[in-house]
Amino acid sequence: MAENNYANLSMDKFRFVQQNEKLHDKALKTKPIGYFKDAWIRFRKNKASVAAAIVLGIILLYAILVPFFSVYKLGVASDMVYKKMNPRLYIGDVAIFDGAKTMSLNDKYLINLVGIGISAENAYDKGAEAWEIGMESDHNPVLHMGEDKIVKEAGKEVTKRDGRVSTYDIIGFRYLHLQQAEVDKILAWEKESGYQVIYPMVDVDNDYCIDPSDANQWYRTKRGWPCDENNHQMTLDEVKEKGLTDNYLRDSEGNVVYVKKQQSMCNVRVLYCNYYRYTQGHEPSFVFGSDGGGYDIATRMAYGLRTSFVLSFGVAVVCFLFGAFFGAIEGYYGGWVDMLLERLVDVLWRMPLYIIVVLFQMHLVNTGKASVLGGLLMAFCVTGWIGTASLVRTQFYRFKNQEYILAARTLGAKDLRLMFRHIFPNAIGTIITSSVFVIPGIIMSESTFSYLGIVNLNSRNSVSLGTMMADGKEFLAEYPHILLIPAAVIALMMIAFNLFGNGLRDALNPSLRGADD
Amino acid sequence: MRTLKYVLKRLLFLVITFFIILTITFCLVKTLQSEVPLGPQGETEMARRKALGWDKPVLVQYGIYLRNLFTKFDLGTSLKVAYMQPVGDVILSRMPPTILVNVLSILLGLPLGIALGIFAALKKNTWIDHVVSVIIVVFISVPSFVLAFFLQYFLSFKLGWFPLVMASKAEAGGLFTWKMVYSLMLPIMASAFYEIAYFARTVRAELTEALTSDYMLLARTKGLTQSKAVIHHALKNAMVPILPVVIGTFLSVMGGSMVLERIFAIPGVGDLTLKSLAGPDYDLFVGTAMFYTLIGLLAGILTDLSYGFLDPRIKMGER
Repeated sequence: MAENNYANLSMDKFRFVQQNEKLHDKALKTKPIGYFKDAWIRFRKNKASVAAAIVLGIILLYAILVPFFSVYKLGVASDMVYKKMNPRLYIGDVAIFDGAKTMSLNDKYLINLVGIGISAENAYDKGAEAWEIGMESDHNPVLHMGEDKIVKEAGKEVTKRDGRVSTYDIIGFRYLHLQQAEVDKILAWEKESGYQVIYPMVDVDNDYCIDPSDANQWYRTKRGWPCDENNHQMTLDEVKEKGLTDNYLRDSEGNVVYVKKQQSMCNVRVLYCNYYRYTQGHEPSFVFGSDGGGYDIATRMAYGLRTSFVLSFGVAVVCFLFGAFFGAIEGYYGGWVDMLLERLVDVLWRMPLYIIVVLFQMHLVNTGKASVLGGLLMAFCVTGWIGTASLVRTQFYRFKNQEYILAARTLGAKDLRLMFRHIFPNAIGTIITSSVFVIPGIIMSESTFSYLGIVNLNSRNSVSLGTMMADGKEFLAEYPHILLIPAAVIALMMIAFNLFGNGLRDALNPSLRGADD
Repeated sequence: MRTLKYVLKRLLFLVITFFIILTITFCLVKTLQSEVPLGPQGETEMARRKALGWDKPVLVQYGIYLRNLFTKFDLGTSLKVAYMQPVGDVILSRMPPTILVNVLSILLGLPLGIALGIFAALKKNTWIDHVVSVIIVVFISVPSFVLAFFLQYFLSFKLGWFPLVMASKAEAGGLFTWKMVYSLMLPIMASAFYEIAYFARTVRAELTEALTSDYMLLARTKGLTQSKAVIHHALKNAMVPILPVVIGTFLSVMGGSMVLERIFAIPGVGDLTLKSLAGPDYDLFVGTAMFYTLIGLLAGILTDLSYGFLDPRIKMGER
């Protein structure tokens, strides 16, 4: 029975497993996957969210970069001629937007429009070739023309055709009243750049001219129709055959006159798009068109998006920090602390947002204590954090009684360490997700309030998408792009934010997957 | 007994919250008063303010306001929007158009939303479900006023199907006529789209959960056909959480949407609020603000309580 004598084991039956070397856990052979990497792998699998993230990235880049590269600047007055232009964007010769609108053209109007092209190419004395040259001209407003149609109008049969007419070139010529020095500068610039700005003056005092203020009426007319030198009215076919007869002002030798002196000033007739080149240094062309004040919508939209992003990211950061802190305190301590703070939340939560915004506007902004943007930011922060706080509170309730917290507490960890070191990492996914969901809400509220005029974010150096839409509302019937382009961008941004947020939620909190999908 | 205690407790908190918000709003609004014009006009203005008690300290004014509120149900007097009329009457007179638009939009949105949700849940993970999901995401995300612009442009300007703004009462021959409903089609649609998406999302989630539950398996095992099981068991259970949502929505529509009322020229409460801001008409602003607050509070409490009453698994007043 000697083997079973466990009571008195002799010393030499024991030996150390290891005596001189230290034992360590073996390092993992594979690379560890952290929380965020894990989330990223999950996020990548959700195609819609990835697409949404790309769309958001593009919009963000647009807002950041466009104001740097755009030739149009905020706070620089427009020249008020190129108002309500349609979007125009050419890549090479391919028109993405052609800047034109569809118009029904009768013979008389067609001649008037193509006349701009003929005059711009100085083809007034080319006779039979003039029409072709005019149609080919870069300044011809008629981009495409449909088939002739015979339409009954007021009892008469009229030939009409649908045409795509450029809203830019239809401006054509303008009369300007300039000083001699300015005219000299333009002439010098003409030589340097090769663009012709000043064109022959029209004899506005004779009977051939029906509207002395319309610089596009450079040819002889009789009762509105073009006529030849024999004062004979011409039809469209005759104009195509023989060209238009000019009504230019001529000196005693029969040469055309470019500058008509009037006391110390000079009357000139300019091709406006080249004059615009001379004054602004670039051609008039707006990617998303121009608004009712002649401002570039693309640039203003970038500034509007900046306003939205600055505001919503600012609010999201504040909500992230404050909401997390508040929710942690509520959830960790519970009891009467929680009770008291929850009542506070109840009151704030039930206060309609517009009241808070209005009160901040009245007390801080209108009295000059804060900027409009600052006042709005503060107003949104008053209630914005509540969603985050309540989610964090729930997470804290879930985790604070778990065994590992008890273990940490037993080991002597203080409250703050328990809260932020041990429980908080479990809530980080929730906090990030809810902070991201704050952003579209803020953007939507901001554009609504600025649309309604409750806040006025329009100033020399800021614009809001809501104000752009409010300004565009009156032109909705005829110039829908002024309103619908900012509206479409907001819609796109909202959809992208929601898809992105859903993907982020599923990736960061796998346990909540599809919670309210 | 516990239920009654819980309801009473909630009501008490509602009243306290309401008065805290009222106090904050009233005091902050009353510390601002618009400038007084100079000359004889100013004297009349000052006399008028004195008659209304506006020269007293804010807290005294608040006391008078509360006394009038409790004894005469008097919310003050409008000065700019509806000259010298009681605020309560002005708000009441603006309610019918708001309620009309929103009730109609729910009548349109509720059945469509529930139908879409049921359809998507039954055809889970087919293309129908995906299409419904896309519709839900789009209509939930896009703000209703952005939708309103597109509706106005395409359905009114381009196609000419519906009028651009609400018809006047004289034109339509009264508020509750077919002609009026027709002229309100665009605002009804603009707010119904969100409701469709919202109800569809909720129904889809609830029904999906119900369809995969054990009692459905049991129902099938005891020999019910799939359609019978869905109608008698899954749908019945899935509808329980929908009802509180419907109740909450029904109440909150009383407030309506300021921005839609502005776009479609609806003379409702939202429009009144904006006018009271533009005035500025301080008493009216406080009145409308309290109207919105009360509706929000009531909608919240009714939603919470109806969950408890409809679903016996939720025990009210328990943590």
